[in-house]
Amino acid sequence: MPTKNMIQALNSAMDVVLDRDDDVVIFGEDAGYFGGVFGATQGLQKKYGLDRVFDAPINEAAIVAMAIGMSAKGLRPVAEIQFADYIFPGFDQVVSELSRIRYRSAGQFTTPVTIRTPCGGGIRGGQTHSMSPEAFFTHIPGVKVVMPSNPYDAKGLLIASVESDDPVIFFEPKRIYNGPFNGVPDAPLTSWATHPKGEVPDEHYTVPLGKAEIVRAGSELTIVTYGTLVHVAQSAAEKAGIDAEIIDLRTIVPYDMETIAASVNKTGRVIVAHEAPRTSGFGAELIAQIQEECFYALEAPVARITGWDTPYPHAHEWAYFPGQERFIRTMKTVMEA
Amino acid sequence: MSTQQSRFHVPAPPFRPGDEPDFSNLDLQKAGEAKRPDPLIEGFETRDLALGLIGVLDHNHQAVGEWDPKLSPEAMREGLSHMVLTRIFDDRMLKLQRQGKMSFYMKSLGEEAISVAAAMALRDSDMLFPSYRQQGLLIARGRHLVDMMCHCISNSRDNLKGRQLPVHYAWKEGNFFTISGNLGTQFPQAVGWAMGAAMKGEDQVTASWIGDGTTAEGDFHNGLMLASTYRAPVIFNVVNNQWAISMYQGISKGEAPTFAAKGLGYGLASLRVDGNDFLAVHGATQWAAERARKGGGATVMELYTYRADAHSTSDDPTKYRPKTEGQIWPLGDPIERLKQHLIGLGEWDEKRHQALETEMTALVTKAYKEAESYGTLHDGPLAPTHSMFEDVFAEPDWRLRRQRQDLGV
Repeated sequence: MPTKNMIQALNSAMDVVLDRDDDVVIFGEDAGYFGGVFGATQGLQKKYGLDRVFDAPINEAAIVAMAIGMSAKGLRPVAEIQFADYIFPGFDQVVSELSRIRYRSAGQFTTPVTIRTPCGGGIRGGQTHSMSPEAFFTHIPGVKVVMPSNPYDAKGLLIASVESDDPVIFFEPKRIYNGPFNGVPDAPLTSWATHPKGEVPDEHYTVPLGKAEIVRAGSELTIVTYGTLVHVAQSAAEKAGIDAEIIDLRTIVPYDMETIAASVNKTGRVIVAHEAPRTSGFGAELIAQIQEECFYALEAPVARITGWDTPYPHAHEWAYFPGQERFIRTMKTVMEA
Repeated sequence: MSTQQSRFHVPAPPFRPGDEPDFSNLDLQKAGEAKRPDPLIEGFETRDLALGLIGVLDHNHQAVGEWDPKLSPEAMREGLSHMVLTRIFDDRMLKLQRQGKMSFYMKSLGEEAISVAAAMALRDSDMLFPSYRQQGLLIARGRHLVDMMCHCISNSRDNLKGRQLPVHYAWKEGNFFTISGNLGTQFPQAVGWAMGAAMKGEDQVTASWIGDGTTAEGDFHNGLMLASTYRAPVIFNVVNNQWAISMYQGISKGEAPTFAAKGLGYGLASLRVDGNDFLAVHGATQWAAERARKGGGATVMELYTYRADAHSTSDDPTKYRPKTEGQIWPLGDPIERLKQHLIGLGEWDEKRHQALETEMTALVTKAYKEAESYGTLHDGPLAPTHSMFEDVFAEPDWRLRRQRQDLGV
């Protein structure tokens, strides 16, 4: 089977949907001729033409609104926001419009839009190239929120998102575009070619929305996470010698509580982890739900590993980013509790 | 004393409560004076039209000049009838709100020509992205009055299942987009729809409406900018009724000479039109639609008018503007002007007009009786409570299913 990095997998997903469905259109800043600042849309304009893949003005609100109008007309737009940090000018169109048009029109109009946007830190991106704003979107009824952690899922989840009749905010952790990252800043780069999830079929397939994956089975402790931290958690568990069960949520909303609850009820201990700041982060929702559903199985307080409640710093990136040391320390604390 | 220094400036309306309003100095271009260029003119060449005022009906209620759409008497009588019905509908709904039969209402008094004439100048297949004060679009497109009322009183037949405030209509069958409470969001969305239509090879124009106040929102810029970039077949209507709740139009217009002039900077065709002149609105909309359909791109159209009543049922305009301002507003009343025009042609008279009003009043009364038979907001029946959890997504996920169970519905 061919190997692909995440960029190639996403590119392949868009190639597949453009080919299968004439209603799919792709646009964003630099997404047309140039193929995207990360190369995710490379070659697509040449292959499908200017009216299917095109450049958009630097205006995120306009990009989202245009996608809404197109989708209500019957197209399936895949819009790119260059960095998740810059999605906020489009926030009103997401919160007040994209998410509610099906509801407020009682199903007369629907908005099957996918918004792709690179997120996350670990790349010396500073304050406006590192954010993980997923929690802002999980609080909006009517949008689904997805974040893949590997090339296979990236392609399958993106195709599923485009084919979904609901709007999807599709976050792509740019730290792992080119290879998995174990959370050690100076670790040598590893390529997706050596990772089993780097094997990506060329043809159409989907990874279902709303289904988590247990990426490491274990019996002592459950770690619920998504994105780059899936790899950090795996590496840290090996290093700490703790038999942790690691759940990659893949879809953040609606999250797969069945898989989480089954695991927590088995292990009795749980850590939730994300890069985003702690207060009102998505971890808070997960912890509240785990407490409601698994209270009697819990043998230790639920812990969380998150970014700090500060803007994302430049120079102190590795003190901010939840790396291996924090994982190992927290895992030990939870095991000893 | 030197005036050569920077100074903070807050625009203020010429008249406040207690003042005697006087518009005799208002310099408006006379009906018939504006030239009607080829619709495929370059946008920047419309400068005179953006700064002037396109009018057809003159002070003697005669149709003059190049913008006269030359409608048949039947078409004009139909327009008059839609406008009268819109006004009577509004009056009845206001009364119902005052009687506590619905939570909220917004009239379009004085602005009926803007919606009715536009709807009649467009094709029924053209897509409308209105704001909350264009109910005349629905009337002119033949939406059933009972359905409009059932939405406003949120009963069991409300096609929006009680989810939206009154007047936030949505009617897909009539190509009328779902109205949002968030101002201006529909302008750039209309461009997306137009692009989708163009991509699908459909000969569909989209038209959108916002008020003068909403031009201050970023989405005003966003819509014009997108349409300018992609040459989308869109008509952007800016209904300048002089007031955004309590704020006079100068707060959003700023130093621009007119709202229409703002379109020139985007290279879009830009017109200022007498919004109380049914024939001018019709003629200008036809021109803009022809331009859009022939690939000329978007038009920005400022409809110059006056919000003759309160902003909404929650507003009291006597607190911020003179009571008599609307009565002396120089562009008059759109219904009266078209009526007098038809009378002048010998195609209408006072008796027929009274009969029309009686007929429309009866129609509205009958419709309300029927609407009420499907329930009212206070006494029900409403849409089933469990329907509250539907249409968030195509299919409710486990959280919504569980929350519905929690509520026990």
